Amino acid sequence: MSGHGAVSGDSLISLSASVLAERLHSGELSSVEVTQAHLDRIAEVDGDIHAFLHVSADALKTAAEVDGARRLGAKLSPLAGVPVAIKDVLCTQDMPSTAGSRILEGWIPPYDATVVAKLRKARLIPLGKTNMDEFAMGSSTEHSAFGPTHNPWDLERIPGGSGGGSAAAVAAFEAPLALGSDTGGSIRQPAAVTGTVGMKPTYGGVSRYGAIALASSLDQVGPVTRTVLDAALLHDVIGGHDEHDSTSLTDAWPSFADAARAGAASGSLTGVRVGVVKELGGEGFQAGVSARFAEALDLMASAGAEIVEVSAPSFRYAIAAYYLILPAEASSNLAKFDSVRFGLRVNPPGGGTVEDVMAATREVGFGPEVKRRIILGTYALSAGYYDAYYGSAQKVRTLIQRDFDSAFSRADVLVSPAAPTTAFKLGEKLEDPLAMYLNDVTTIPANLAGVPGMGLPMGLAPEDGLPTGIQIMAPAHEDARIYTVGATLEALLEQSWGRTLISQAPGHPSMPLPDERAARLEGGTR
Amino acid sequence: MTSTADLMDFDKALELFEPVLGFEVHVELNTKTKMFSPAPNPAAPGADASEPNTMVTPVCLGLPGSLPVVNEQAIRFSISLGLALGCEIAPTSRFARKNYFYPDLAKNYQISQYDEPIAHDGLVEVELANGKTFRIEIERAHMEEDAGKLTHVGGATGRIQGADYSLVDYNRAGVPLVEIVTKMITGAEHDAPELAKAYVSAIRDIVVALGISEARMERGNLRCDANISLSPRGSGELGTRTETKNVNSLRSVERAIRYEIQRQAAILAAGGAIIQETRHWHEDSGTTSAGRPKSDADDYRYFPEPDLLPVEPSRALIEELRSALPEPPAVRRRRLKESWGFTDLEFQDVLNSGLLVEVESTVAAGASPAQARKWWTGEIARLANVAAVDPSSLVSPADVAALVALVESGELTDRLARQVLEGVIAGEGSPSEVVEKRGLKVVSDDGALIAAIDEALASQPDVLEKIRDGKVQAAGAVIGAVMKAMHGQADAARVRELVLERATTP
Amino acid sequence: MPDTTPPPLDSAQVAHLASLARIALTADEIEKLTGELGVIIESIAKVSEVATPDVPATSHPIPLSNVFRPDVPGATLTVEQALSGAPERDGDRFKVSAILGEEQ
Repeated sequence: MSGHGAVSGDSLISLSASVLAERLHSGELSSVEVTQAHLDRIAEVDGDIHAFLHVSADALKTAAEVDGARRLGAKLSPLAGVPVAIKDVLCTQDMPSTAGSRILEGWIPPYDATVVAKLRKARLIPLGKTNMDEFAMGSSTEHSAFGPTHNPWDLERIPGGSGGGSAAAVAAFEAPLALGSDTGGSIRQPAAVTGTVGMKPTYGGVSRYGAIALASSLDQVGPVTRTVLDAALLHDVIGGHDEHDSTSLTDAWPSFADAARAGAASGSLTGVRVGVVKELGGEGFQAGVSARFAEALDLMASAGAEIVEVSAPSFRYAIAAYYLILPAEASSNLAKFDSVRFGLRVNPPGGGTVEDVMAATREVGFGPEVKRRIILGTYALSAGYYDAYYGSAQKVRTLIQRDFDSAFSRADVLVSPAAPTTAFKLGEKLEDPLAMYLNDVTTIPANLAGVPGMGLPMGLAPEDGLPTGIQIMAPAHEDARIYTVGATLEALLEQSWGRTLISQAPGHPSMPLPDERAARLEGGTR
Repeated sequence: MTSTADLMDFDKALELFEPVLGFEVHVELNTKTKMFSPAPNPAAPGADASEPNTMVTPVCLGLPGSLPVVNEQAIRFSISLGLALGCEIAPTSRFARKNYFYPDLAKNYQISQYDEPIAHDGLVEVELANGKTFRIEIERAHMEEDAGKLTHVGGATGRIQGADYSLVDYNRAGVPLVEIVTKMITGAEHDAPELAKAYVSAIRDIVVALGISEARMERGNLRCDANISLSPRGSGELGTRTETKNVNSLRSVERAIRYEIQRQAAILAAGGAIIQETRHWHEDSGTTSAGRPKSDADDYRYFPEPDLLPVEPSRALIEELRSALPEPPAVRRRRLKESWGFTDLEFQDVLNSGLLVEVESTVAAGASPAQARKWWTGEIARLANVAAVDPSSLVSPADVAALVALVESGELTDRLARQVLEGVIAGEGSPSEVVEKRGLKVVSDDGALIAAIDEALASQPDVLEKIRDGKVQAAGAVIGAVMKAMHGQADAARVRELVLERATTP
Repeated sequence: MPDTTPPPLDSAQVAHLASLARIALTADEIEKLTGELGVIIESIAKVSEVATPDVPATSHPIPLSNVFRPDVPGATLTVEQALSGAPERDGDRFKVSAILGEEQ
């Protein structure tokens, strides 16, 4: 990859996962060194960032085991020995898994999520669990029961959500790789506002087993990284069929890393039809976001891409459908938090029946946004309202799929800004749920249709100097196409900037953290 | 719990009202694993679920992140059952979530089927003792999962009311169930209680013949909820129905229906109204008590289960399963009656006792049909009646066949065999183990018998004289004395043979 | 097209929804939610504008069917694992307060 090593000096933590992997493989670096460097970085900056809810006590031990195996000549997978942060929505047998909720505080699952098991099998080093909006409900990570995460670009701003912890951890060089989950944009939107790369795979491309469910028909686990190639390498590790997840696809997936390398090497988009979705831009989009997006389109056109405008009229109903389907499924998925088998139990004053205990536990254990959505979902499924709400939303889903089908008949990939604005200030939208919901306007259609989408950096907005992101979507099963086009675009953009976007971050290891770090909001950091 | 309900005389109730019935029968499938998880199934043959929470996976406990995957065998069994019930098999059926909170329901929703069940519109023919045949229409048969088991601790009754706390065991959570729902059944009249029993018995025969359930009602493998309402004669109006739950023996089904008819009739005749509610059957008192009222608060918020995909059985699979179906019940009954050589009366006796499956299994285990029938409809039915349970819950067909074999080989007399049966029922082991433990074997050691005979003859010289004079009937006194000395554990015919031999031997 | 929009939400309805969802909301929360949800529902109710009878519903983004598992027993949790997260246990069973409602 051009540029990465050059701008970051010799700081170990600034290296991409693919470079780390090469140096681990060659013996130039040990996993213990790499892991220790990231643990040091976490110790140094996470008090300000608060990306992590839990840091693994076993990381160095695991790293030493991988180093030992390598010395003995064991055949190791490409990312063996590279540290990875794990969103707290994923079950880990050796670390608490809370999904950012008080109701699961301290819960250590008796099993690993399939993706976590795959990380261990490929001998990556789990560094810890990252912060998130409670049960992944939110676009700012402010709804975490354990305090917000801060955007490394500006500590007074949100890192996006729900996977703000994973995005911030990667953006702040606390981890080279992270796992996220994306129900309506929780991987792609944080990527956009932190200047990182986030991929939501085709629905069913990555196992959901052990991912604490928000909305089962929308949730998808995916990689959060600083480069397209790193995302592809991590996707190669976590993807593939899982017999524990009925919705898991049986596709014979190609190597996404090969797809990304091919894209970066070609530097050309000749013959690629890039569809610009008319409905995912314009009004409501920050000027600097729109400007950077226009430049990215020009750059793609200059590299040979055919830019076509496509229309997806049903997308204007996507947020409405999403905020019916998600709360409905979530209201049912979150019923299991009842104080019987795991998690918090709150006994009401003077005792009470098990019904009282459940109700008191859920009142205390869930935050306001979770309660809001559970009540909304309960309403949407209620007798007499099902057809008007949930039933109608499922029909909108069909219309959105048809719009995608039609758009993909004219374009190989679709593009839009990955988020309508740059990172907003902490607290700015907390009291206005509807405004918060609009952050996912560009990302939600892909979840409703199950198609893959990636958010990647497209430059800093001139007005605030904060990162913007572009979203690339492809038809279902065509994740590799995104990696190819994404890696090409990434290379073109970096050539135009003369460096990576992330190297301009104020928290970049080659630069000091901004002075404003002291002025962070209170209550959020550990 | 005591019942203070007034009851109307059954015949009187039938004069005033027409009973309308409906049944929901839950069948636990005997697959090796659960419906949605590879945990071993407590309803499988020979499964031991006595240790709580030992047959669970994250799926059974509804742990965060866990996901269901459908058991293929449960689908095949459900299709076979649907076909045997004469149902249409849906080309597409779907699972749905039924949402309600209860501590035995791990996820606080039950995965069931709602508007797209796997089988619908079937027909079951039921024959009564009086020869009448009823055609019971099946509305639907759908797949779902069982819940865990609650134990209520404290309070006087061990029941939920008045308990101090409850304990939950999730071994049963996720056991595959098929729920069979009938359409409304009218015209049963006085036969309603017997029809109820005959229907459940017919379902049991079907699932046993298919081999898809252990079908032990006392273990909850087969559970019946009975809906009953009374319609004032000539009114043409449907009454309010109650749903009686927890009816877990064939005998109870019959009694519960009879009781509810009498109870409802008394209330209606006194100008009262029936409350739409679930009622709980109490085996001990033979009564029902009020349970949960049905109300608007019941809002299960069904929606398609997003973690599972539609079930779309191919035509080929359905035809494969159809061709493997056992013969229809009526054909089967005719065949068994013929092959067993029973008279109409004998066969009806077996049917009315609901013991067709038991007799058939006992014959299959090696007993003669006559002996199998004799034991099941005789001694076992008598003991079951005393214990107020179903005969099938007392002893297995294999044990009955073993008992018959011991009698036929001369190792046991009928009288000893009855004692052995009691031992088997008391859990002392198999018949041969009980014989061993209780020392009940017939004395077939001629030496011991001859010694006793010689002693008896010596003490009754006059009898010896008579026998030698050809008055053979005089031997009875000696035989009696010998049997007494042997504590009855001797074969009387053999004793007689030996007495005559010893008396005439110089 | 007939107007199928349900009537606006009131606080009694929110209280009922909270009881269905087993959350002991405070009176203040019910009031606040009634207002917030009213606004949200108004904006999302527009789905019914385009959800005409001729449009089929989509419940799964990627159409699959007949995904089954062979009937082969797999690994189970140990009793200790099963009960490891229990807020309260009694022997090898989960312990809960007395139950008010009947089984369903």
